[in-house]
Amino acid sequence: MTREEVYEKLNEIFRYVFDDEEIVVSDSTTAADIEDWDSLEHINLVVAVEKKFSIKFNIGEVNNFQNVGEMVDIIMTRI
Amino acid sequence: MKELLYPFDAEYILGRKKSIKRMLLADGTTRIKKNIAILGGSTTSNIKLIMELFLLNNGIEPSFYESEYNQYYQDAMFDNPELEKFNPDIIYICTTNRNITKYPEISDSADAIDSLLSKEKAKFFGIWDSLLTRYKCPIIQNNFEMPFYRLMGNKEASDIHGKVNFLTRLNLIFYEYAQTHDNFFICDINYISADYGLKEWSDPFYYHMYKYAVNVNAIPYLSFNIANIIKSIFGKNKKGFVLDLDNTLWGGIIGDDGVDNIVIGPEESEGQTYSEFQRYLKEHTQLGIILNIDSKNDEANAIAGLAHPDSELHKDDFVSIKANWDPKDRNFKQIAEEINLLPESLLFVDDNPAERHIVEEQLHGVIAPEIGEVHQYIQNIDRGGYFEVTMFSSDDIKRNEMYKENAQRAELQASFENYADYLLSLDMVGVIKSFEPIYMARISQLTNKSNQFNLTTHRYTQNEIESIASNPEYITLYGKLIDRFGDNGVVSVVIGHKVGSECKIDLWIMSCRVLKRDMEFAMMDSLVKKCAEQNIDTIRGYYYPTAKNAMVKDFYQLQGFTKIKEDDDGNTEWIFKINSDYKKKNNVIKVEE
Repeated sequence: MTREEVYEKLNEIFRYVFDDEEIVVSDSTTAADIEDWDSLEHINLVVAVEKKFSIKFNIGEVNNFQNVGEMVDIIMTRI
Repeated sequence: MKELLYPFDAEYILGRKKSIKRMLLADGTTRIKKNIAILGGSTTSNIKLIMELFLLNNGIEPSFYESEYNQYYQDAMFDNPELEKFNPDIIYICTTNRNITKYPEISDSADAIDSLLSKEKAKFFGIWDSLLTRYKCPIIQNNFEMPFYRLMGNKEASDIHGKVNFLTRLNLIFYEYAQTHDNFFICDINYISADYGLKEWSDPFYYHMYKYAVNVNAIPYLSFNIANIIKSIFGKNKKGFVLDLDNTLWGGIIGDDGVDNIVIGPEESEGQTYSEFQRYLKEHTQLGIILNIDSKNDEANAIAGLAHPDSELHKDDFVSIKANWDPKDRNFKQIAEEINLLPESLLFVDDNPAERHIVEEQLHGVIAPEIGEVHQYIQNIDRGGYFEVTMFSSDDIKRNEMYKENAQRAELQASFENYADYLLSLDMVGVIKSFEPIYMARISQLTNKSNQFNLTTHRYTQNEIESIASNPEYITLYGKLIDRFGDNGVVSVVIGHKVGSECKIDLWIMSCRVLKRDMEFAMMDSLVKKCAEQNIDTIRGYYYPTAKNAMVKDFYQLQGFTKIKEDDDGNTEWIFKINSDYKKKNNVIKVEE
């Protein structure tokens, strides 16, 4: 899967988790850019990403995501 | 919504909960509004959000109070103006084994462990007593799931130092409280977590990461179970089954294969599986859940199948048997009419997806679960929670008998030309009195279950009924009806409140199983008498239309009231002047007051 393909799937997940059809995420997107992205929604995002890509994040990784790009980096190493 | 029925896709629900909620709220359903307080010992956000979806899907629109993180104890024990203002209809206490104050240590004596148990007991009993006193509403409490590791391995189960043993004992203590308090219900997360898989359920990742004591992916199953308890408390359970025969109750097509060749009974494995399913259905009749048949078959074949020597179910176990070649939805509708239930209160069980589809399409609100293969029938129906038991009255146990008695009455009626003669021949005795303690549970249940013969559709919890009963500003009546075929139990309830010399009727309901018996007139006579005793000269009645109560639109007119108001929505207001020459309307029921 290319990085572009990962982003395609990721955008789909963001759109339904945050119920906003217009979300487009990129490497530099952070929680501050998306209105409903608080710690309670973060877990739902992580769970949805794990399911979609059939991967598991570990606790350290989930705590240290600085932006979407870092999440994609980890996804790329697992798939 | 199909997506919210068991077996559901938990991942789908979790991911799309926002758009699901949007769709539910836009579907035009009328829902009852309820306030639900969640007092959590860990994060409860998703539990709340997903419970909301299941409740909306069951006709309940919740508002929530959610305690701050792990504040369940403080919220319950101390003055809490916010929660008081919220005025909860239900309190759900979401604690888990993460909330145990202190587990036994290996060096502890038996006495020390007993004392640890007593401390937990005192803490939780204190919480529940405090909440019941302050808020007078039903409480739902998680029991404890088993621990996610076993220090001593298998010995944990039997040794008093083991966490497994400790939690098991504590659960039994919780059940003692449930057994002695009508308004207290256990949410059995010990079972649900085992069913889901304890290892996954308790994955510590979610606790350390987000302080969820349960795997986020398992939350839909937890929320579904809580919603089932809540919908049962508010009278939204199913009341019976409508069952197909061929390949549902037995294997094979009886019309083609002949009664000797249908697959049922102990001879081989497939027959055993059908037998087990039949026993499962039969067990429901002990709970007062009724069984009916809706089958495309010649009636003689259907009866022959039920007379098969290995059949667990017999003709007498069913209230209505429709075996013919009419469309199934038409038969289904007729069954519901015969027993005076709404179609949606009956669960349709059929192996054929096409039949399930037509029944669901034609009859709004009817559920026809996907039951899978015969060995999966029980699990798929059972986990659907359609018959979740909360209040269980002696009336429920007798319900099957009552429906059979109704069939006998119908036979008797056929032998009379004059309906009044028939009513007299029933030797009816009514007991009509102010609310009495032994009937509070049944009265509350009836206010939550009655939809058709219900003038205002107000719902009352048992606590509300009890406080109304003890308030001299209210006039209350319950009506019991007994006849030569049996005791129908409490079948009618009237609640009014006094304003000066008027009595305003808040609630007037009657069970549809005593329609056309003149019980409503006997209630009116008693109400008039009671009002007159308290110097009330006017009774004011209200009718609020719903999708289900058209049958009582003209009820007050029939009782001799005068309509004084009607608005655009069809809400009407009526008055009745009590004169000294009031003539009793009931002449067929002998009334004890």
